[in-house]
Amino acid sequence: MADEAPFQFLHNEVIQYIYKSAETDNGRNIATLENMGYRVGQGLIERLTKDTARFKDELDVMKFVCKDFWTCVFKKQIDNLRTNHQGIYVLQDNKFRLLSQLSAGKQYLEHAPKYLAFSCGLVRGALSNLGVKSIVTAEVSIMPACKFQIMIQKM
Amino acid sequence: MAVCIAVIAKENYPLYIRSLPTQNELKFHYTVHTSLDVVEEKISAAGKSLGDQRELYLGLLYPTEDYKVYGYVTNSKVKFVIVVDSSNTSLRDNEIRSMFRKLHNSFTDVMCNPFHNPGDTIQSKAFDGIVSGMMVQTG
Repeated sequence: MADEAPFQFLHNEVIQYIYKSAETDNGRNIATLENMGYRVGQGLIERLTKDTARFKDELDVMKFVCKDFWTCVFKKQIDNLRTNHQGIYVLQDNKFRLLSQLSAGKQYLEHAPKYLAFSCGLVRGALSNLGVKSIVTAEVSIMPACKFQIMIQKM
Repeated sequence: MAVCIAVIAKENYPLYIRSLPTQNELKFHYTVHTSLDVVEEKISAAGKSLGDQRELYLGLLYPTEDYKVYGYVTNSKVKFVIVVDSSNTSLRDNEIRSMFRKLHNSFTDVMCNPFHNPGDTIQSKAFDGIVSGMMVQTG
C-alpha cells in the first residue's frame, strides 16, 4: 500500500480544512470526517478481502480487522483485543500512527477526537461492508495510545 | 462465453444485470432471482460442512434445460451470477473461475471509485467493457 507519510499529512490537512471552512465548531465536523472514513473503509475492505477466504463468524471478522486491515492502513497490528462476547469489542493500539506526531503525553489531549474520527469511520465502513453493523468510538487517555470501542448492533 | 451476467448486492437486489439482447431478458431476470435461493443455501450449509467452506467460488448452482448457472460470493456478501448456454460444453471450471476473478477485480475497482456510491447500480464503462468481453459475440 502507499507510503504512510503522505496519508498522514493529507489527513491532517483534511481536518484543518474542514474546521476552517465550517463557521461554527459543532459536532458536524466530526460527523463529516467519520462519514469520509466510512466510505473509504468500504472501498478498502473490498480490495483487501478480494483474495481471502470467507469469514466463519464475527470474531473472525474482528481478528481480520485487527491484523490485516490495521497492518495495511497503519503498518502495525492492534496490540490488544478484548471482548465481552456480547457484541462489545475493545481494540487497543499503544502507538497509534495518526496520533504519534501530536504529542507523547497529555498535551493536546482535547484535540485528539478530531484526529480519531476518520479512523473510527474507517473501521465502521470496513465492518459494515463485511456484514457487521456497528458503532465505533475512540478514546484517548495518554497519547499516542488509544482505544477503539466497537459496539455490534444486532439487526 | 456467458449468456447473462448479474451482480447482486448484499440486500439481494440487482446492481447490474446484462444479458444478450436477442433473448428474452425477463427470463434471465427470473433465473438469476431463483439462483439466489441456491446461493443462500450454499452459504449457510458451508458453515456446517467441512472442506471448502472458505472458498468464494460456489460452483454450478443448478442446471436448467437450456442453461447452467454458476455462482460466486465475495466477502462483502455481493453475489456474482453467470448463466451459460448448456450446449456450450467446452467451458471448463477453470475458465468460469477466471471469469469470476475478472469480475471481482473489476467490481473492486468500481467500489473504490469515489464517484460511485455503494448500493447504486453500476454505471462504470470499464465494468461494462469487461462484461462485454465475457459475453457471447453475436453476429
